[in-house]
Amino acid sequence: MADIAKTRSQDERSRTLGNRISTFLYRRPTLVLLLLLGLPLLWLLSVYLGSLSTLIIQSFFWLDSFTGQVIQTLTLANYIELTHPANIDIFVRTILMAAAVTVACVVLAYPLAYYMARHASDRMKGALYVLVLLPLWSSYLVRVYAWRLILAKEGITSWIFGSLNLDWLMDGLLKIPVIGGPSLSVSFLGMWLVFVYVWLPYMILPIEASLERVPGSLLEASADLGGRPSTTFRRVTFPLALPGVVAGSIFTFSLTLGDFVVPYSLGNSSFFIGQAVLSLQGTAWNIPLAAAFTVIPMIVMAVYLMGAKRMGAFDAL
Amino acid sequence: MTTHPSAPSLPSVEAGLGGAVGATPAIRFRFVSRHFGEVHAVDGVDLDILDREFFTMLGPSGSGKTTCLRLIAGFEIPDQGSIELFGMDVSSLPPYERDVNTVFQDYALFPHMTVAENVGYGLMIRKVPKSDRKPRVDEMLELVRLPGLGERKPSELSGGQRQRVALARALVLQPRVLLLDEPLGALDLKLRQEMQIELKGLQQQVGITFVYVTHDQEEALAMSDRIAIFNHGKVEQVGTPATLYENPATPFVAGFVGVSNILQGEWARRITGDEIPVTVRPEKITMVSASETTVGPDRCAVEGRVRDVVYLGMYTRYLVELDATTDLTVVQQNLNTRSMDVLAARGQQVMLTWDRSHNRPLTG
Amino acid sequence: MPSSRTSRRAPWALKVVAFGVILFLHLPVVVVLLYALTTDDTTFRFPLPGVTLEWFRVAWGRSDVWEALSLSLRVALISTCVAVVLGSLAAAAVYRSRFFGRDAISFLLVLPIALPGIVSGIALRAALGFMDVPFSFWTIVIGHATFCMVIVYNNVLARFRRMGSSQMEASMDLGANSFQTFRHIVLPYMATALLAGGVLAFALSFDEIVVTTFTAGQQQTLPIWMFSQLTRPRQRPVTNVVAVFVIAITTIPILLASRLTRDTRET
Repeated sequence: MADIAKTRSQDERSRTLGNRISTFLYRRPTLVLLLLLGLPLLWLLSVYLGSLSTLIIQSFFWLDSFTGQVIQTLTLANYIELTHPANIDIFVRTILMAAAVTVACVVLAYPLAYYMARHASDRMKGALYVLVLLPLWSSYLVRVYAWRLILAKEGITSWIFGSLNLDWLMDGLLKIPVIGGPSLSVSFLGMWLVFVYVWLPYMILPIEASLERVPGSLLEASADLGGRPSTTFRRVTFPLALPGVVAGSIFTFSLTLGDFVVPYSLGNSSFFIGQAVLSLQGTAWNIPLAAAFTVIPMIVMAVYLMGAKRMGAFDAL
Repeated sequence: MTTHPSAPSLPSVEAGLGGAVGATPAIRFRFVSRHFGEVHAVDGVDLDILDREFFTMLGPSGSGKTTCLRLIAGFEIPDQGSIELFGMDVSSLPPYERDVNTVFQDYALFPHMTVAENVGYGLMIRKVPKSDRKPRVDEMLELVRLPGLGERKPSELSGGQRQRVALARALVLQPRVLLLDEPLGALDLKLRQEMQIELKGLQQQVGITFVYVTHDQEEALAMSDRIAIFNHGKVEQVGTPATLYENPATPFVAGFVGVSNILQGEWARRITGDEIPVTVRPEKITMVSASETTVGPDRCAVEGRVRDVVYLGMYTRYLVELDATTDLTVVQQNLNTRSMDVLAARGQQVMLTWDRSHNRPLTG
Repeated sequence: MPSSRTSRRAPWALKVVAFGVILFLHLPVVVVLLYALTTDDTTFRFPLPGVTLEWFRVAWGRSDVWEALSLSLRVALISTCVAVVLGSLAAAAVYRSRFFGRDAISFLLVLPIALPGIVSGIALRAALGFMDVPFSFWTIVIGHATFCMVIVYNNVLARFRRMGSSQMEASMDLGANSFQTFRHIVLPYMATALLAGGVLAFALSFDEIVVTTFTAGQQQTLPIWMFSQLTRPRQRPVTNVVAVFVIAITTIPILLASRLTRDTRET
């Protein structure tokens, strides 16, 4: 091989500015780390953690309703206020709804997730992914609004029930105490339905991801050892995919816990946590109490997350 | 060539490498250490790699050989000690300032570039004009026997082809040292053996130093001029394949290069008269039926029972049990025997004899 | 890689339910389109009394709609830019180094999305009130940029992980310094991930209502406008028209983003 002379000598190469800066940084990985992480970290710490701490501190202040001023001394007054039965109602109501929504989401999401993970061809799976992602990312408000239209007393649902001569069913549902109401669009039943609808993709995707991780060989082994499909599902598939279910439930639970849009659109005067917070900080300018209200879902979610982490749900995200 | 206190003295045949004795080694490790937290990946390594030699770093996973390679390339910086490239201390130079190129284990081809762009990448960075790049790239592709594949993308090539592209990409820059990190690991046996011959031929044709990392001792023996055996971050022995095989310095080397038959304690005393452990290679042992008792004075003899027989076509491997704790492996070519005869040996009482000159005391 | 596909065909019941769920997810949006065409402007009566395109014209003329749209677009644009820069930097940092507190940082970077929006919203509101900062365009952007950053971070980090370190090492080995490596190797590989992250961040910001309600004061982004219409209906079908438009505007980025990330999955 001919010994072709190099274009630039080693020394020349070392002396270019780019190389010098690059070498300087190469020898100092911590400096590079600081440069990279500095800005985002600063932002997150000041904006996000800063505001979260302000929130928690504010929850210990007190709003004097006479003067409308916030008294900046630490007190547990807000938290005591939270134990008022009306407020307890709000918490219980919201948590029960969140639980109901989560369960329904699991039931509806599982078949689709299972199909996507274990039966769909690659092309079909890609298409299904997009079909599930689309509602997730397209306007949440519009989707809630759509159900307002659908569930309205004079709307599609009534018409469908009417045409099928199922009016009696509709009336019966609406007469159920607590969850019924004047119309589906102003009832807990309706709210539950809409919640399930908007959060469903958040449940489908983690379940699909964790089902996909169950190696086919395990299922084949189960069948090989004599297990019927239902047994295989109950004892192999479901437990192994549980982290995905838990991960999805984190989303549905947390999102329901803090939402005010759906309750406003389809609810009545019995508040959910989200509405309470919104009205407190809006009309009442009572940020300290609103803050105290918010701390509760934070604690609930923290406990939930810790339990979920122990179940390995974070690997499924 | 330096002699390191703990290494056995090396025969002078090795002076032939690297030109005149005393020529600057291509790479010199001076007591190099590199830790990752508690783990000492490389622990006081001191060795020389000569110009124009095919040098292999051999050892099990985690022994430090890959880390040493990365230290030469510049992807790691030593915590202690220094690394010299042809006499120049490069310990703190980044990879792009060292006249060393690497062939990676996963080839690391750039997926968004064609083969030609991949091979010409280094030239492009050096601002070699396109008109000069093309002939050199083509020449390289010819050298690695991939003519005309310049316009393909890496994803369209087979594993073996990608490996050659990685080679071409590294060689086109005419480095003085080429580093190869287990490049043949992903290939199947036949292809691997072909590539071993090709790589060796390539090294001699191009005439530069090759530093090769592998865990496959057969590969190392087949290709190398000299081998360094790594274990737990240290170099146990450096030598030619023959030296390592015939004169292993430590039990580890004896076991890693070839099969070690280690006789210690009581057995060692019976064979050599003292208690230093002794090793003898399996192909040096003759196996005869126990009834033959005459053994000359220059031969050792022990008795045992054949525990296992593995028929391997060309030769047969016997595992002979001397006592509860000691086995010897014997290898015999199947010159006149057929498989059924060979397998019948299982369970038989046999006598193993060998020439005393084949005993190797393990001093390390 | 072990195959996760069972060899039997799916039981038809499973298929029916699966596709039923897909339909369930998408049909309601069709309903909105339907109602955008109705002649009835005071109730949600079904079947539709009549069909008209009149409301599209009316919506076109409504200045409050245009203002809200403009605000949403501007906020989304700025927030996305900030998010792409900060998110990519964070992803690069987390990918490159194993540093003390790395897990804590990863956790911190997930919080804005993990905690309910209302928490982030009221927290920002509390902080703004505490520091006596008036509501403005920038208060909205700050909130959006924070969680958009997370989206970009996730996308970019996932792509970094697929890339592996040996390509960058190979580039440096062949003579390129860090900047050249970034330009020739990293950037082309990352480009689609950056784009996808940015596009998703845009969609997220454009659609965001919860946090925005707390940080916008009197201003109206499009979602806030829509929300106000839910309880004070004036020319109801106009809301539907705007809804249709919003769906279109947010669907396109999603399709784009999935296209961008799909192509490299096949490499």
